[in-house]
Amino acid sequence: MNAIDVLSDLFLIIGAAFFLAGTIGLLRFPDVYTRLHALAKVDNLGLGFTLLGLLFRVEDVASGLKLVLIWLLVLAASTAVSFLIARRARRRGIAYWQAERQP
Amino acid sequence: MNGLLLPLALFLLLNLLAAMVRVVRGPTAADRLLAALLFGTTGVAVLLLLAYAGGGPGLVDAALVFALLAAITGAAFAQRAWRREKGESEHERY
Repeated sequence: MNAIDVLSDLFLIIGAAFFLAGTIGLLRFPDVYTRLHALAKVDNLGLGFTLLGLLFRVEDVASGLKLVLIWLLVLAASTAVSFLIARRARRRGIAYWQAERQP
Repeated sequence: MNGLLLPLALFLLLNLLAAMVRVVRGPTAADRLLAALLFGTTGVAVLLLLAYAGGGPGLVDAALVFALLAAITGAAFAQRAWRREKGESEHERY
């Protein structure tokens, strides 16, 4: 087991941890705006670290470039869709979450 | 050196199972759509892990299509499906 394999496994595990964090955030956060934040972590960091771990395993340049292309596509799509959903939710008057006032 | 890929794919599938709770509970349609977008991204990751665990390079192309469809789904939802203005009918029917 050489250093390449160790690095690959390490990045894959970090990516899976971000997937877990994003899922927990989607379940626990109080409103749609904060849940967008959790989803952004999954899209950017979770998939990013997973693809970085897989990049150590590719055989040729073309398949590596395809992985990078998937990540860039997901990055752009995540940004655009988050903006659209947040703007639509705000126009529909969905209230922001506020912490309970301390008595 | 494929020992880690299949357990990680299984772990991501368990994540999806947990995220189903948000689909059931989510108060607005947008919360359910966010869970669907999470399914899309996690499905991409699972397909890529399976592709490098011996599934063959075709799964990478399938993952690319999944990513594209998730983007189109989110944009179509925000621009078309969720467009009914507030005040017409307040209750969520979907």
